[in-house]
Amino acid sequence: MGKPLIETSKVSKVYRMGDVEVHALREVSLTISEGESVAVMGPSGSGKSTLMNILGCLDRPSSGGYWLAGEEVSQLDRNALARMRNRTLGFVFQSFNLLSRTSALENVELPLLYAGVSARERHTRAREALTRVGLGERMHHHPNQMSGGQQQRVAVARALVTRPRLIVADEPTGNLDSRTSIEIMALFQELGRSGITLLLVTHESDIARYASRVVVMHDGRVQSDEQQTPLQAELGPAPAGAEVSP
Amino acid sequence: MSWLQVLRVAVRALLRNKMRSFLTTLGVIIGVSAVIAMVAIGEGAKARVEESFASMGSNLLVVLSGTTTASGAHGGFGSMPTLTWDDLKAMRSEASAVRYASPQLRSTQQVISDDQNWATSINGVSPEYFPMRSWSAAMGSLITQSDIEAGSKVVVLGQTVVDKLYGSNADPTGHSVRIMKIPFQIIGVLARKGQSATGQDYDDAVFVPYTTFRAKIQGGLQKFIAGSIMVGAASGDATVRAQSQITNLLRDRHHIALGADDDFSIRNLAEMANAQQEGVKTLTTLLASIAAVSLIVGGIGIMNIMLVSVTERTREIGIRMAVGARPRDVLSQFLVEALALSSAGGIIGILLGLLAANRLAANFGWPILIRYDIIAIAVGFSGLVGVVFGLYPAQKASRLDPIDALRYE
Ligand SMILES: Nc1ncnc2c1ncn2[C@@H]1O[C@H](COP(=O)(O)OP(=O)(O)O)[C@@H](O)[C@H]1O
Ligand SMILES: [Mg+2]
Repeated sequence: MGKPLIETSKVSKVYRMGDVEVHALREVSLTISEGESVAVMGPSGSGKSTLMNILGCLDRPSSGGYWLAGEEVSQLDRNALARMRNRTLGFVFQSFNLLSRTSALENVELPLLYAGVSARERHTRAREALTRVGLGERMHHHPNQMSGGQQQRVAVARALVTRPRLIVADEPTGNLDSRTSIEIMALFQELGRSGITLLLVTHESDIARYASRVVVMHDGRVQSDEQQTPLQAELGPAPAGAEVSP
Repeated sequence: MSWLQVLRVAVRALLRNKMRSFLTTLGVIIGVSAVIAMVAIGEGAKARVEESFASMGSNLLVVLSGTTTASGAHGGFGSMPTLTWDDLKAMRSEASAVRYASPQLRSTQQVISDDQNWATSINGVSPEYFPMRSWSAAMGSLITQSDIEAGSKVVVLGQTVVDKLYGSNADPTGHSVRIMKIPFQIIGVLARKGQSATGQDYDDAVFVPYTTFRAKIQGGLQKFIAGSIMVGAASGDATVRAQSQITNLLRDRHHIALGADDDFSIRNLAEMANAQQEGVKTLTTLLASIAAVSLIVGGIGIMNIMLVSVTERTREIGIRMAVGARPRDVLSQFLVEALALSSAGGIIGILLGLLAANRLAANFGWPILIRYDIIAIAVGFSGLVGVVFGLYPAQKASRLDPIDALRYE
């Protein structure tokens, strides 16, 4: 394994709702090396999403330190955080979070727009990313014209189009059937082979088996953290996976 | 992100909701078109006043029989005339500030040519009347001193009268017209002067020697002038002096006791024109302010819809931020959307405003004047409205927290 990409030191997150304080994360210290694929598991409400949002630079910890790719994220301002989200990592959501009434191609181009990439290069790179996730034929389709699996692939293409070092995915297969889930996992494994670090939340131990490390959360704490030999996802999505052909 | 890209993103967002975008701009469209049309009308009226002021001459006084009431209305109408022909002579010879003085005797009569007739104002004047008003002949000649002395039956026509009797561009000099069954020889036609501020047509009049007028058209009492006296002061500055000289002269000649009211009145045409111009200016300002207020209301409409739009698109904002949009990218997107809305409204408003002004001019004969600087200001102002009223919603959008925005349902 490579050098550490992610390091957290006693990261806590407290939500205040009126008089009640919810401790979503309690002093979580984690180190994740470049190239690892980490599955985060745990019961609902154990703080998985909160952790992903902080690691994905969408949210900030209430206390503790967080270093990503050598930078102390907890010290960054809003602009620098946006830059981090744009350049260093890609986020994949359970609910896809694609722009509606916007083609797959334009959705994938979006991060490049904010990276200041020229229109022509945006186009080429977005095409490449969509081809890589097996959607080369559906670039001009809108999200509402696509299945859940296809939408999630567009989201993965959007996450990887900026060539990030890290992909953070919060229950990326949560809204998909098991067959489609395995396709997405195969896609992630393929990305892992090209050196991208992967961090994903899942409920299903079936899905977690494809990761090289499993972190189990409980009540805002890391309950267990174990390395494993990942299972290889069977269905190859690229080129042209089963779902792609009508 | 370049501005062009920001603009493209904004325009696409607006086109995604065409009807709403149109309704949003409606306020600005109405505001700008109102400004353009109102100012065109106001400026047109002002220009007409200025024009008539110029054609009237800046140093004219009109002396009338009878007194004026406090409101300035002439109370002597139909009452006994008090101005005499000797008064006129005395004005010419004794008032140093007076350069010209001409009687102005008026009657409305039919003027009949060979095959047409036209009712118009018949004016009995002296030769001085024309240089005093800076009126010149377009064809033929004007009334001379010998016409006065001989009481010649000659007439000078205004252009409108020529148009009605002989058709436009005709040269009627040498022909005869009949006024009250008496033939008058046409010796000249006056250059076209246009309308007064009140819409009175200066060209709809004919002029005859005042001696002929007295003898043939309307007699009146021998000693008294059955009309007014028009006075031209030596210069614009001398007008006020001429007014006081005439007042003193007439009070003296009419034996009016100290403290008693004048039995005549003097009107300063320049002052009247100024007053009228002030009135028009006030009207223009008023119209323009109403229009400007409607533009601001339009701006508030934009702000309202932009706020709704920001709330509705919270999730979109969250997505954009999640993939790397900085606060200022979001700010510029919404600001440019507001700006695009208001500028589009501004452009449509200009076209509609010009159209409305033209329709008014065509249908009601209102004079209009298109002021290009006002158009530029209206465009600039509508852009400003977009920025000012778009800023708050845009700022609201840019200050959203990415995670809160993504969670928004
Ligand atoms: N925005 C929020 N405001 C208040 N409490 C929250 C918020 N987000 C999460 N929580 C609470 O924090 C805890 C952890 O939530 P979360 O990280 O979403 O858990 P998981 O993803 O493991 O289900 C839960 O108790 C949840 O209710
Ligand atoms: Mg969760």
